[in-house]
Amino acid sequence: MFAFSPLAFINLAFIDLATETGLMLSRIQFAANISFHILFPTINIALCWILVFFKWRYNRTQDDAWLRVYRFWVRIFALTFAIGVVSGITMSFQFGTNWPGYMEKVGNIAGPLLGYEVMTAFFLEASFLSIMLFGMDRVSNRVHTIATLLVAVGTSLSAFWILVLNSWMQTPAGFEMIDGVAHVTSWSEVVFNPSMPYRLAHMLLASALTAAFLIAGISAYRLIKGDQKSSVKYALNFAVLLAAILMPLQAFVGDLHGLNTFEHQPAKVAAMEGVWQTERGAPLLLFAVPDETERTNHFEVAIPNLASLILTHEIDGEIRGLDEFKGEHAPVAPVFYSFRLMIGIGLLMLALAWLASYQFVYKKRYPTWLLKTTVAMTFSGWIATLAGWYVTEIGRQPYLVSGVLTTEEAATGIAPENIALSLTLYLLVYGFLLIAYIKTLFVMADRAVKLEATNPKLADMQQADSPSEDLNEKLSTPVSAQ
Amino acid sequence: MEFVTESSTVNWLPMVFIALMGLSFLVYAILDGYDLGVGVLLPTDKAAANQAARDKMIYSIGPFWDANETWLVLAIGLMLIAFPKAHSIVLQALYLPTALMLFGLILRGVSFDFRTKAPSKDKHKWDLAFKAGSLIATLCQGYMLGRYVTAFDTSTAATLFALLSAICVTAGYCYVGSAWLVMKTEGELQKRSAKWAIWSNRFMALGIVAVCIANLSIDPVIADKWLGFPQVFILIPLVMLFGFMFVTVELYLRKVPMADDFGCWYPFVCAIIIFTLCFCGLAYSFYPYIVPNQLTIFEAASAPASLLVIFWGAVIVLPVIIGYTIFAYKVFWGKTSQLNY
Ligand code: HDD
Ligand code: HEM
Ligand code: HEM
Repeated sequence: MFAFSPLAFINLAFIDLATETGLMLSRIQFAANISFHILFPTINIALCWILVFFKWRYNRTQDDAWLRVYRFWVRIFALTFAIGVVSGITMSFQFGTNWPGYMEKVGNIAGPLLGYEVMTAFFLEASFLSIMLFGMDRVSNRVHTIATLLVAVGTSLSAFWILVLNSWMQTPAGFEMIDGVAHVTSWSEVVFNPSMPYRLAHMLLASALTAAFLIAGISAYRLIKGDQKSSVKYALNFAVLLAAILMPLQAFVGDLHGLNTFEHQPAKVAAMEGVWQTERGAPLLLFAVPDETERTNHFEVAIPNLASLILTHEIDGEIRGLDEFKGEHAPVAPVFYSFRLMIGIGLLMLALAWLASYQFVYKKRYPTWLLKTTVAMTFSGWIATLAGWYVTEIGRQPYLVSGVLTTEEAATGIAPENIALSLTLYLLVYGFLLIAYIKTLFVMADRAVKLEATNPKLADMQQADSPSEDLNEKLSTPVSAQ
Repeated sequence: MEFVTESSTVNWLPMVFIALMGLSFLVYAILDGYDLGVGVLLPTDKAAANQAARDKMIYSIGPFWDANETWLVLAIGLMLIAFPKAHSIVLQALYLPTALMLFGLILRGVSFDFRTKAPSKDKHKWDLAFKAGSLIATLCQGYMLGRYVTAFDTSTAATLFALLSAICVTAGYCYVGSAWLVMKTEGELQKRSAKWAIWSNRFMALGIVAVCIANLSIDPVIADKWLGFPQVFILIPLVMLFGFMFVTVELYLRKVPMADDFGCWYPFVCAIIIFTLCFCGLAYSFYPYIVPNQLTIFEAASAPASLLVIFWGAVIVLPVIIGYTIFAYKVFWGKTSQLNY
């Protein structure tokens, strides 16, 4: 009886609307969480290896400046790590709450991969982290170096596992569907799925570049503020050289990555390149405004035939257009713009890294304008990395797992009000933390500038703002004691 | 109930995984319990002596909190992997308290690092954030436990029970936190910690009794599990053990510090025993359900093939984790000193 009343229809429509908003909010929340989370691992995956390098240089040369570089950056590493960990924990709760359909359908694959991440990676990092951070006076130098190395291994391992999962979601392999649930047929195919090697290499390089520009930027800031310590120049020179070497490599790997995507996810590449109709000899669009309703581009600035040449290695190779994937492809504009943002920043990074290597490392000159530009580029790695992830993730829509599970199917039934509440909470916290983090980096830099002490145990130390308290204690410990 | 599935050869897998998951939750409750407890107990006012006490207290957990918190990631991860249906039912039912708890954990985690790195005028604010974060996380965990135990019932009685549970868990964490401090500190702070431990011990004992009575009176099945014959004979020595520990801990704490710091580990060891017994009690009450009265562990388990893959991983990796956790504790053994990078 009720089923025929008009009220029931309104109710039904309302429920539909509610799930729709729930889906939207879930997506925004997930995207906000993971975008925030990835900022910190991106720095730390590479920063940790860089710290191993600093420590190794110190062990080899016994030059206190290297130890000072190590000590300054290990503290930033710790801060970054803390934010990475707490935002990561949020992620692990989100899978079940916001995407219940995800685990139901592909849990047999996602589960073990996530499980291995926790077991092999997180505990390794978390346990040895304390020895790395606070253990210098408690264990031998050798054990301390090993602990640092193990944290680096753990961090990279966790990147490996999570990227395996993410790549599998992009290019699923090694499974069969039984009664609508994915079952593994070959673990090696799951792990070494077609896009994994490219994504892993590209992400690890992205991390190294992000860390390099962070180090370069903060060190340049310290130089501008009049810091005369040789440790600052060591760090700056090291960072720009690293970037100068890795950036061309990143472009090369990125190109391979794109070719791989062209093979396995042609709809994504069509959106990245803004190709609406299948065409031969497609131009490379430097700029355009994609128009989703008219299914065409406006204001194109293009280089003829280049896209085809890059993707097919033939002047008039065929690129499949978005018309072949109607209703099955991602929103074009965000993918298109994000892709250009990433490449644009990559090119800027390349220019700066080469110029700075020439000036700083080769000419030993530190012109102020170049230092200022370096400071301006401090967080460029973050922007390129996020842009890259947006290309990858939005480009995969409407699927969560390509061809297997759509985002909509995985969505939660939680009341949208509740998601709105939690989302607001997270956004406030993340906004606040981001500002506090960036501010604190510069506070730490300022503090290090002020510290003129020659004792590396004293320099860049924790209580630097009130040195008198600990001065005696610190000075009484001879440097060689470590 | 139908426990036998078509592939009964691997029916032991859900049992193994529920044990692993339970162990992770227990280890988490003890280890992060003392971190959170220490955080809740931080004195708040700005006096220099209190600043020194706060520094010491936070140094005492500094090298451990991160690894401790990872046990929560493992526990939730195991639930997600091995019992995905339960993960989604439980966490959807507890959606808001979970979000709030995560907020607390975020606040606590970042304050730990910001407090020493932010401008020194802000240090006190970060200390307060540390305390607030710990308190929020603790209350939420207790509340969630209460909700879970009452099978997500939304009646007023159940809500009151959940609130009671929030307070009891907070008392429990304060107890294990202050017992940790009694073990790790000396002098004035140790005496203060002993006082905190005495009070939280009393509240915890009260809480345990209240929860037991409430639980037994809510559910006749559970009441029978404990009070029926012959099970009741396990109950009697248990009650006596609890009583003995309560009294001896109280007597010991009044005498802290003893000469040579004799027995400073005793309250902490009792905390471990109490947490473990309470946990086993809960597990015994609810078995075989993973979501009380709704879903058994066998119904919730994932495909055996996937479980096997993780099982072999766990067999190799878990002992290694335990090994290097012990190593880390050994490195930072003894009374707390200042933490330097
Ligand atoms: C490419 C790297 C990468 C990506 C894509 C992700 N993570 Fe992450 N995650 C890390 C790299 C990382 C890391 C570098 O390993 C972190 C950051 C800081 C740290 O200590 O470990 C980490 C920390 C971290 C933690 C805290 C672990 C701890 O206590 O040490 C959790 C629970 C997660 N992550 C979970 C996730 C989930 C569920 C993700 C995706 C949906 C995810 N992460 C994406
Ligand atoms: C770490 C860097 C990552 C970033 C910055 C990122 C970013 C994003 C963004 C922006 C979306 C929204 C797409 C849209 O709504 O159109 C998204 C979706 C999603 N991503 Fe990622 N992602 C990352 C990694 C991962 C990883 C490693 C996983 C899996 C383990 C993952 C799983 C998902 C899921 C489940 C969605 C669905 C939600 C949605 O479509 O909105 N992502 N991600
Ligand atoms: C200029 C040379 C570059 C090229 C040709 C390039 C190419 C690509 C391509 C094609 C993708 C999409 C992969 C997919 O289809 O899923 C991608 C993703 C990505 N890019 Fe780049 N990229 C370049 C520079 C950079 C830089 C400088 C960074 C960061 C510092 C970066 C970070 C990323 C990240 C984090 C992703 C997402 C993860 C992934 O799919 O690997 N890229 N890149």
